[in-house]
Parts: sequence; C-alpha cells; structure tokens
Amino acid sequence: MLEHYLSLAIKAIFVENMALTFFLGMCSFLACSKKVETAVGLGAAVTFVLTVTVPANNLIYNYLLRDGALSWLGDNWAGYDLSFLRFLTFIGTIAAMVQIVEMILDRYLPGLYAALGVFLPLIAVNCAILGASLFMAERDYTLGESAVFGFSSGIGWLLAVVALASVRERLRYSNVPPGLRGLGITFILTGLIGIAFLAFSGIQL
Amino acid sequence: MKALRKILDSQAKHFEKGGKLEKLYPLWEAQDTFLYTPGETTKAPSHVRDNSDLKRIMITVVVSLAGCIAMAMYNTGLQTARAIAAGAEPLDNWQTNVLVNVLGLPIGDPTNVLALVVHGALYYVPVLVVTLAVGGNLEALFSIVRKHEINEGFLVTWMLFPLILPPTIPLWQVALGIAFGVVVGKEIFGGTGMNVLNPALTARAFLFFAYPAEISGDKVWISAETSVDGYSGATLLAQGAETGMDAIVGTVTWMDAFLGTIPGSMGETSALACLLGAVVLLLTRVASWRIMVAVTAGSFLTSALLNAIGSETNPLLNVPFHWHVVLGGWAFGMVFMATDPVSSAQTNRGRWIYGFLIGVLAILIRVVNPAYPEGMMLAILFVNVFASTIDHYVVKANIKRRKARYVAATV
Repeated sequence: MLEHYLSLAIKAIFVENMALTFFLGMCSFLACSKKVETAVGLGAAVTFVLTVTVPANNLIYNYLLRDGALSWLGDNWAGYDLSFLRFLTFIGTIAAMVQIVEMILDRYLPGLYAALGVFLPLIAVNCAILGASLFMAERDYTLGESAVFGFSSGIGWLLAVVALASVRERLRYSNVPPGLRGLGITFILTGLIGIAFLAFSGIQL
Repeated sequence: MKALRKILDSQAKHFEKGGKLEKLYPLWEAQDTFLYTPGETTKAPSHVRDNSDLKRIMITVVVSLAGCIAMAMYNTGLQTARAIAAGAEPLDNWQTNVLVNVLGLPIGDPTNVLALVVHGALYYVPVLVVTLAVGGNLEALFSIVRKHEINEGFLVTWMLFPLILPPTIPLWQVALGIAFGVVVGKEIFGGTGMNVLNPALTARAFLFFAYPAEISGDKVWISAETSVDGYSGATLLAQGAETGMDAIVGTVTWMDAFLGTIPGSMGETSALACLLGAVVLLLTRVASWRIMVAVTAGSFLTSALLNAIGSETNPLLNVPFHWHVVLGGWAFGMVFMATDPVSSAQTNRGRWIYGFLIGVLAILIRVVNPAYPEGMMLAILFVNVFASTIDHYVVKANIKRRKARYVAATV
C-alpha cells in the first residue's frame, strides 16, 4: 500500500508534473516566478489548496455527483447522474478553500500575502488546481489516493516554479535581447525546463 | 611572428570605431585575441591580474578532449570493421566509396589501424565541419548584431557536440541540433557565461526528443548493415536492459569498455580517454574536483543501494558500480559536461550537492526508466535547471550562519 502511494507521488511530482508536462497553472507560474521567495510562497499555497481540495472534491464526487452516487439516500435516488455538475461544484470547493487560505495568510504572514497580491485569489481559477480535481475524477482515485495525488501534484508544481524563479533571478546577470526580456524569455525557459523534466517521462510505476 | 602582428595592427583601423568594417569588429577581435594576448587592460577597479582568461580556459578544455577525439575516429572505424568482419554488409555511401575506391584501404579489417582511423574520420570530420560551419556562423552573426565578442565558449561546444552523437547521424540533423543549441541554449541569454543549460547538451537533448529514430536504438551506433544474425549494434546499456548483466559480460570484458572499444556515441565510449582529460582539467584547475568527486560518490551510493535491493525483473538493478562508470556517457558526462563552469552550481557547497544529485539521477534514470537506457545526459540537464536553486539556498544559509556568528560575537 505504501509502495503504491509512493509511486503515485513520484509520478505526480516528476513524471506527470502539473506545470511542465501538462502546462497547467501557467498564468501564475509565469507571473509569480520573478523572486524565489514569492515562488516558494505561491507554491506552498498551491500545495496546501491542492491537498485540501482534491480529497474534498473526491468525497463530493463519490457521494453526490457520479452515476449512482446518491444511492445511499435510498433506491429512488440510485438512477441519478449529476457528474455534469462537477465543474461547478469543484470550482465552488476550490474558491471556498482559497478564501480560507487567504484569511490565514493575511492574519499570520502579511509579507507573503502582500507579495502574492492578486495571484492568491487567482488560485481559485488556477487550472492546475481544477485540473488535479478533474484528473482525480477521471482516474477514479480513492480518498487516500486523491490526498496523496493532490499533495504531490502541489509539490511538483512548487518544484517547477522554484526552479524557474531561481533561473530567472540568475538571468539578471544575463544579456537577453531586448525584445525577449520579461515574458518572452520566460516562455523559452519554461520549454527548456520542460525538456529537462522529460528525463522522467516513460518511467513505469 | 612579428609580421603577423604587423598585419593585424595595420588592419585594425578598418574594424575599430569609425572604420569601414566597424560592424565586423567581433570577427577581427576573435582572430587577434586568438593569436595574441589582448593588449587591453581593465580601466575601472577592481584589477585582477591573471594569465588565465576565458580563452585559455576554453582552449584547455579543447586540449583535454584530444584523447576522446582520437578514440572517436579509431573506435568508429573499429566498430564498423568488426561488424563487417562478422558478416554485415558495408553501407552503400560515400564514406565506403572514398575509403575503398579512392584511398584503396581495406574495409572490414579490424587490425589495420590506419584504415580504421581514416574510416572513422570520414564519419567524424563531416559532423565536426557541419557543427563548426552552422554554429560558427550563427555565433558570428549574433556577435555582430548584439555587439559582443566571439567567445571561445563556442569552441568547446563545437568540440563536445560531435562527440556525443552517433556516427550515422544525418548531417542536416547535426546542423539543426547545433543551431538550436547555440541560439536557444546560449545566444538568447546573451552568449557565453550567461546561459542556463549546457549548450551542447541542449542540442543533443533537442535531437534526442525530436528525432529519436536517428539518435537512439540499435541501428545507429555502427555504420554498417547490422541486421545480420548474431550481431547486435545496440549499446551495451541497451543490451543490459534487455538481457541483464550476463549479456554484457558475455560480449566484452571490463577492459574493453574502459578502453572504449564498444558501440556508442562517437567520443564517449572510452573511459580512459575521459580520465586523461580529467587529469588535464584538474591539474590546470579548470574543472571543479568537487563536482567530479560528488558525481562519483552519488553514483557509487546509488548503484550500491540498487545492487542491495536487487531485482528479478529489471536486470539493470544488478549492474555494479565499476560497470556503470565505463558504460555509456557516464565518464564523458562527468568530466566534460557536469563540470561546465557556466551551467553548474557556482558555490563550493552547491557544487557538492549539484554533483551528488547528478550522480544519483544518472544511475536512477538508467536503471528505473526503461525509455532511456542512457541517463547521464538527462541527469545533467535536469540538475542544470536546479543549479541556481541550489546556489540560492547555499548563499542564504551562509548569510544566516554569518549573521548568527556576528550576533554571537557582539553580544
């Protein structure tokens, strides 16, 4: 069992990295990677939100939404399939979670709260987070699996954004052509880091 | 020599500011400083006087590659000759034609060293020439437009890149690869010293993922029709992944692999040649010994751990450390790629971590990832990405430690 969780985690962190294999969560990945400290903070926030929302959505999906999920209410309910509602409900859960994270950060880590600025509420519509919940539904993860999957997807995203941020900090000493400065070189860097992450593609676990 | 200096000086006025060929200054400057020590001195503080400049460092790397280049030619010829001696058909291409019909040398004779070296050179030199022509022109173009000097960093990329390619690679792919490596891997960051990933490895990885058929598998390492029965052209690591360590020991001895008379990319097969290069690089203190030691330590611990775990289904788990280091690109990668002063970690403590991670990952990718039996290139590329992260945290830890010491001293 532990081995299964471990391979699931390695797969989510390296082999199927949210940011560099699926290119999900790109907006904050590109915008919040100017400084390592901010990147770590955002990555931690994403990891936390993922760890909470994926299992929460798993429960909602398995007991309310999927085909026949309502059978615990009685036989009359067994025929309902509400899975068309999953986008709406998943986003609702995520938005609520992000609100909570925001309040916690505002209270206890005001520096990080100020640094993340608008991108913290934007986590609510970060595709990496909704993506992880949808992957969970598609791949039929159990509650335990979805907790591990959510957490390690977040760690993978954190790893990618920190790598990008530290490379971008180093780029201060580089001489990038004026037309490419800023977002242009960041896109290219994301591609190059993506090539480096391809080292793990093909690992069967 | 005086006459040469005079010619250069007399032409200088055309290239300096205001001259007719002002735009081409980087080309003239490259010629001048290649031949002579630059006459310019630092104008602003601080002054560091040292005989070792970027050019000398890069030239030292090129010199240290001599053994690998010699082996690249000899071994490419040797592998072909052995395959032909074993019954494979010679390829119907111009290389075979020139060797047999123009030069009149025997093909398929593993004992005729001259024929082997010439045959290997017929494969190696065109790749080198294409690399230089395409990469050199792009480098010159960028240096003229962006007004920086042509750096010897390119000379190293140019020497390294052909050595990590298989002999049968189509030349248009060589051109495409080096163009990607020079432009995307280096020039868009501002040139030598400002890149993030090793340009030669970036080029190789680009080709590897874009054209896997021409750069991996069984058919590309030996330039002969190897489809005859009983002769496999696969690299030893690929064979080992299929049939286990016994297959490797059955076909070659450890000494063969150490000397480099095995199939593989042109310049990377010989661990001995890489070792000689390492001696040169370490004596001249061009490469970091910390990285080399750390890579070795990481690989040793990982392979020892994997050997201890063992496996029935994955034979590569049982490959011992002393085989790992002579197979594939491990030695070449450790000596010439991991120690690249630009893309590696810049702090001494960071270098330990950086090297160790490369060592661990190289073995892990080799053993665990069935898609790539060769892990060194991808491991170095992956850790290159994280080199600046490692540095960032090493520097931060250092600041914290010194702050604590200061506080302790003043209280």
